This record gives sequence, structure tokens and C-alpha cells, in this order.
Amino acid sequence: MTWFEILKEPNIQWILWACTLLGIGSGVIGSFAYLRKQSLMGDALAHVALPGVCIAFLLSGVKSIFLFMLGAMVMGIISTFIMSYITRKSRIKQDTAIAIILSVFFGLGIVLLTYIQHNANGNQSGLDKFLFGQAATMIRSDVIVMAIISAILIVICTLFFKEFKLASFDAGFAKGLGYPVALIEQLIMFLIVIAVVVGIQAVGVVLMSALLITPAVSARYWTEKLGLMVFLSGLFGGVSGVIGTIISASGNNLPSGPLVVLSATGIFVFSILFAPSRGVVSKFLLRQSVKRKVEKEKQMQLRERGSSI
Amino acid sequence: MSVNELWVILTGIFVAASCGILGCFLILRKMAMVGDAISHSVLPGIVIAFLISGSRDSLVMTLGAAVFGLVTVFLIQLFKNSGVQTDASIGVVFTALFAVGIVLVSVYTRQIDLDLDCVLYGEIAFVPFDRITLFGMDAGPKAIWGTGITFFITLLVVSLFYKQFKITSFDPAMAASVGIPVALIHYMLMGLVSLTTVSSFESVGAILVLGMLVVPAATAYLLTERLSVMIVYSVAVGIVSTILGYYAAVWLDASIAGCIVTVAGIIFGLTFIFSPSHGMISKWWRKRKILQEDHAKQAQLETA
Amino acid sequence: MSQSPLEINNISVAYQKKPVLRDITFSIPEGKLIGIVGPNGAGKSTLIKAILGLIPRLSGEVKIYGKPYKDQLKKIGYVPQRESVDWDFPTNALDVVTMGRYGHLGWFKRPGKKEKEIAMESLRKVGMQDYANRQISQLSGGQQQRIFLARALAQDATLYFMDEPFVGVDAATEKAIITLLDELKKQGKTVLVVHHDLATVKEYFDWVMLLNETLRAIGPAEEVFTADMLQETYGGRLAVLDKQKESSFVLA
Repeated sequence: MTWFEILKEPNIQWILWACTLLGIGSGVIGSFAYLRKQSLMGDALAHVALPGVCIAFLLSGVKSIFLFMLGAMVMGIISTFIMSYITRKSRIKQDTAIAIILSVFFGLGIVLLTYIQHNANGNQSGLDKFLFGQAATMIRSDVIVMAIISAILIVICTLFFKEFKLASFDAGFAKGLGYPVALIEQLIMFLIVIAVVVGIQAVGVVLMSALLITPAVSARYWTEKLGLMVFLSGLFGGVSGVIGTIISASGNNLPSGPLVVLSATGIFVFSILFAPSRGVVSKFLLRQSVKRKVEKEKQMQLRERGSSI
Repeated sequence: MSVNELWVILTGIFVAASCGILGCFLILRKMAMVGDAISHSVLPGIVIAFLISGSRDSLVMTLGAAVFGLVTVFLIQLFKNSGVQTDASIGVVFTALFAVGIVLVSVYTRQIDLDLDCVLYGEIAFVPFDRITLFGMDAGPKAIWGTGITFFITLLVVSLFYKQFKITSFDPAMAASVGIPVALIHYMLMGLVSLTTVSSFESVGAILVLGMLVVPAATAYLLTERLSVMIVYSVAVGIVSTILGYYAAVWLDASIAGCIVTVAGIIFGLTFIFSPSHGMISKWWRKRKILQEDHAKQAQLETA
Repeated sequence: MSQSPLEINNISVAYQKKPVLRDITFSIPEGKLIGIVGPNGAGKSTLIKAILGLIPRLSGEVKIYGKPYKDQLKKIGYVPQRESVDWDFPTNALDVVTMGRYGHLGWFKRPGKKEKEIAMESLRKVGMQDYANRQISQLSGGQQQRIFLARALAQDATLYFMDEPFVGVDAATEKAIITLLDELKKQGKTVLVVHHDLATVKEYFDWVMLLNETLRAIGPAEEVFTADMLQETYGGRLAVLDKQKESSFVLA
């Protein structure tokens, strides 16, 4: 099969669309997470989904993707409240708070999962499969959900661009201007929760956090403007989605999730090496040229001094 | 208490103690998520070690994992030095390595028998059954040896270099100016975290390692103003959580590792509310008292 | 003649594209209080960090009492900017000051009674003996600064580098720092201080270094700290309020 033929297969088209849209949406909201030093929040939220899914199952007794997503979302929102409360009210720093949330909620999730497996009636296997991601089983309705969610993410980020920017850069100043900073911060968190809950199904817990982090870090290397950074981050996320899916479809049975992540990592490595002015190579060249310049100036000065005597 | 129970609890205690010591330095250096990162990014190491040696011998796999633990730490530091934020650097590295691991697993999954769940989410309940034999005699469960030796190495290194660990965590610039090798100390700490993660997660699961690295240390951070005391409290909270968690798991018929972390979380929550120095209640009480005194003073001024 | 405590040869430093320091060369006599003065971004803190090897240099060499920096670590005391550390760290004032002895202790020795005594003595010198057991986050900005100074004293160095010790401190602390600087001088020690407040330069320091990317001037305060030299260093951004009194400068 040629690439073009691969892309014509309807099944693969759905996966392609899903991964691309997911990449764009999470890339956009991921830039704000990066700037607020909350990159790993996505990782934590993806783990928090487990107890959410378990509680949804315990309460309803049915296995429904919609209820699972709802449970994961509610749990995600609760955990973001707890996290910001801990960092606001105590000396505990953000990274520690995120790690606490991740481990305790996931631990609780495992307790609930094993409890369900040992005690509840009926067919309860496969709860955790929700968390490991199955892009290959993506169908049309999943893609539509993803498209809607990604569109919502992008629209909200565009509408509130100014507010997000200020609250991320200088929360104190934003407060002084009368912005409801706490509300804005919670909104950003909420968007991350949505992106994570939708994304887990496609790529799984760990790889979902990569989609929030890696495109944003790569984008940061290319620009000093937030607007452009958000755009690039979305672009990189989307491109990673496309490349990952194509390799997955043309290769021998490789899962698309990790390949999407590795494509994003490839873009990151390229950025860190070759981005203008911030990249490693250009930094090195710059350093050499500055060194030469300084040397040259020194020589000239010496000569001037010599001629003036 | 049966012998098997004792083995499980003792393994948990060794893990809790190593993690409790190292966790204090991790949270003070704002690198709490490093444990999480290492426990995921060692996956390719395990797979590669398995592919090369062709055996499921845990020593070989542990070695492969340890190598990738150090690679992780090195890459995180490399990206950090080139201007990426710490947390993002951690995130990029471990997700990428984990993805490599999954790809490797799925490429070779047909030929080999390597259970992903089993590698990543070790089950502490099985500790007593995987035994080691020395000179033809049963020498007890393997996990006890792995986690026990790790604990003693950690204890030894941290007590020998306590001074250096402390000053480089508090003020690295000043430490460097008096000639303390800051980078070396950093890698020593990270090497220990890597060792602890790798030696523990196979027997108790990644989630328990991460939980034990941060939750007890954060609890201790709310209780004391001295680093040495903080480490002692952190280890104590870890051990108490292990014991209570074990019995909670037996009672609920649920995952032991999950219960231990949950209990640690509950202890953290209680400390967060009730700690005499940093708890919410005592803070609120102090604020109220200051306000009252203020009011009293003003009232006095007004009457005067 | 005794060795100069600090000889700098051709130090250049660049952040990204911009050279921050070019070709700094100077040497200083022993027993002077030297104020490093210059506009924001002139590279004052960078100079200290480059000398101490905390940031990479493009070129240049540093000699402390005629020997390479690495051989003279015990003769150097360093007071970083206060914001450079996390004051929530679980430790008390005495403990931080004791850290000043770590360089002398070597790899394995632990601080003992002798170190505690030196630390207490240093705390006394900055007037903080009553706060020895106080958790560092509960100290005011000025008190934290004094703890840092006490730590440098405990280093028992002969050459001190202080990065903006006067920023954000109360009057009592400012006075305590001045008394301390004078005492160090009396003991024949050499102190380099990054300083911001032009109004107090002449009063506090006997030597002045004017810095703005390049070394503009270094020498006794009365020779170097003149209206003309300052105008040159600050590039016309300075308004002299009173032509007669050089102490009244204002940044325009």
C-alpha cells in the first residue's frame, strides 16, 4: 500500500482525525500549563481519572464510556481544587502538591479497582482498559466528540487569550486590575481536565501528559510571543498526531499513541537543537562569534593604543 | 501475625524508609516528580535487558532499569541546563522513554512473554513467594534483600554526606563557592532515588514508590523546622502508613500498595488540617488571636 | 609588598548574544572596602559570579593572593542575594550560619561543638544571637540578610564578596552591616560589595569600582566617584541635583 492508499482507509482516517485534533487541542492548552509551571498537572489528572472511573462504576453499576468520562472529569475538578488549596494555603510547593495528588488519588483508584474486582457482582473487568488507551478502536462518534472538545478548547483559549496571558504571567497584577484570577486559573485547569479525560481513551495515561507538555516546550524554543507560541504548540501537536498515525498505519502493527508521542519528541529534539537563538547549535555558534568579536575588539584596542604612543 | 505477613510488612517498611529519607531532599529541591518519571522511563531498560539476555532474571532487568534511571536523570538535567523548566523537562523525558518502551514491547510482544502490567505494577502481596536461595538454603524472599540492601546504602550515603546534601539543597551557589561539587552531589541523590525506585517497584509497584517518596516527606515538612527531624518524621509516617495500610487492605480485600498510599494520603490530610505549626486550624487560630489583640488595642486607644 | 588579594585578567562574560562584561582587568590592594557601582544590567552581580566560577566565562583568569581560585577556596567568603534561596527550608538561623564552616570541614567531618561556637560568635557580631534557634522563614528580610552575613563571617575568609546586601533591609540592619564592614576592614580583610544606593557610596566605601559592561574606573573613592565619571558610567541617565555635593544623585 502507498501512504495515500493507507490514508484512504476509513478506519485509519478516523484515527488520523482523532489524533490530529487531540494534538491541536492539547497543544494549545498545554502552552498555558507550561507557562504556569503546571506541565505535570496533566500527568496527575490522567491518574486521577482512575478513582473517578471506579466511583462512576460503583455508583451506577454499568460500564458506560460517558459515565466513566463524567466520573473522571468530576474527580479531576475536585483534585485541581485540592491542589490549588494546598499550594495557596501552605508552604508546600506546586510540584510536591501535584505529586501528592497523583499518587494518593491513583492509590485510591487501585484500592477501589481491586475492591470492585474482589467484591462487586457482574462483569467488571476492563475498567482499567479505559486508562490504557485504544486508538485503534476509535470510531466515528469518538472522533466527533474529540472534534467538538478540541474546538471548544481552541475557542475558549482564543476568547480568553488576554485573561489567560495576564493571569499566567503576573497573577498579582491581574488581581490588581480586578480580574477574577482564581476563576481564570480554575478555568485553565478545567480545560486541562477536559483535554486529559478525552485524550486518555486515545493514547493512555502517560502518553496523554506528553501531548500536553512536549509540543508546548518545543514551541517555546521558536518564539518569544505567547500568541505565536500557542499557535505553534497546537501545530506541533497536530503534526505529531498526523505523523504518528501514518507511521503506525504503514508499519507493522505498532500502536499509534506512543508513535504520536515519539513524533512530538522528535519535533522537540529538533527544536532544542536547531531553533534560532534559543537552540543549542545557534547558542554555540553565537558564543563562538561573540568570543571572536571580543577578541577582535581587544586586538583593535591594542593596536590603537600602540599607534597612539 | 504469620511469617508471610511479616515479610510483606518488612518489605514495605524498607521501601518506606528509603523513600522517606530521599523524599525530603526531593521536595526541598522541587523535584518531587522525579520518582514518578524514573519509575516510568525505566521501561525501555527493562525490555532491552530482557531482549539481550533473554531471561526474566530480575537482576539483569534491574540492571537495565538502573541504567535507564540514570539516563533519565541525566537527560532531565541536560534539558534543564539548556533552558527548559524543571517540570516540563521531567515530563518530556519520561513520556518519551516510556513511549519507546511501549513500542519495543509491542514490536517484540509476539516473540516474548513479558507482562507489562506485571513489570510496571508489581504486587507487594506476592513478595513472600519469590524466594532467593543461598548456598542451597532458603534465604527468604528476594524483595527483602533488594529493598533492604537499598535502604542500608541510602542510609549510609545520606549520613556520610548529610552536610553536602543539606547545603546543596538550600544554597547551591554558596556551596559551589566553597568548593562543594554541587553536580556530583545532585547525581548522587538522583542515583539513590533511581536505585530505590528500581529496587522497589518490581516488588511493590511504581505507585507505592512515588507515594512513599512524596507524601510522608510533605507531611513531615508541615510538622518541623529542622531537616534532621523532618527526615525522621518522614520515615515514621511512611512506616505507620505501611502497617496501617496493610491491615486496611486485608480488611477491605483490596490492593495493599493502594491502601498504603491512601493511608499516607489520609495522614497528610490530617496533618494539613491539625499540624500545630502549619495546620489550617492553628493558622486560623493565630490569625484570629492577632486580630483580637488588635481590636483590643484599638479599643484601648479609643477609650484613652 | 604583599600579594594582591584579587587579580582579574581579561574576564569576559556573555549571556546569549549580548556581552555582559568585556575585558575586565584589575587588581586591588589588601584591606579595602570596595563598592561595585553601575547602572542596572551593568554586570555587577555577574562579575562576582564569574569570579567565583558560578557562571561560565568566555575568557579570563582569576588569581586570589597570587594563586588560582581553586586553591584558595578557604580564603573566600560569599554572600549571595537574599532571594536566591528558599527561606521555607526547614532549618534555623544557627544552622545556616554553621554552613559557613562546611568548606573548612572537608568531605566527611561533621560540624561539632567548635563550629557551633564559631557560628554563635558570628551571630553575635551581627546582633542576632537571640535569634539562633529561630526558623529562618520567621525572620524579617533584614534579619535574613544578617544571617547571611554571619554565615560569611563564619567562613573566616580574608576576601569577601557581597551581592547587594543593602537591598530591602531596615535601618537597623543597614547600620549593623556598616559596623561589620568597618570591623572587617580593621582586621585587614578585603570586601567587595555590589551596591545600588549612590547617595551612600562615599560614606561606606573607601574604594569604588565603576562598571558598565566594561570597567570604567577603579580607585580610591574621592578620585573615582566624581560627577563626570558617574555621568560617563551611567551614560547620561543621571541627574545631579546639587553640583556642589556629589552625594546627591538621582537616576533620571
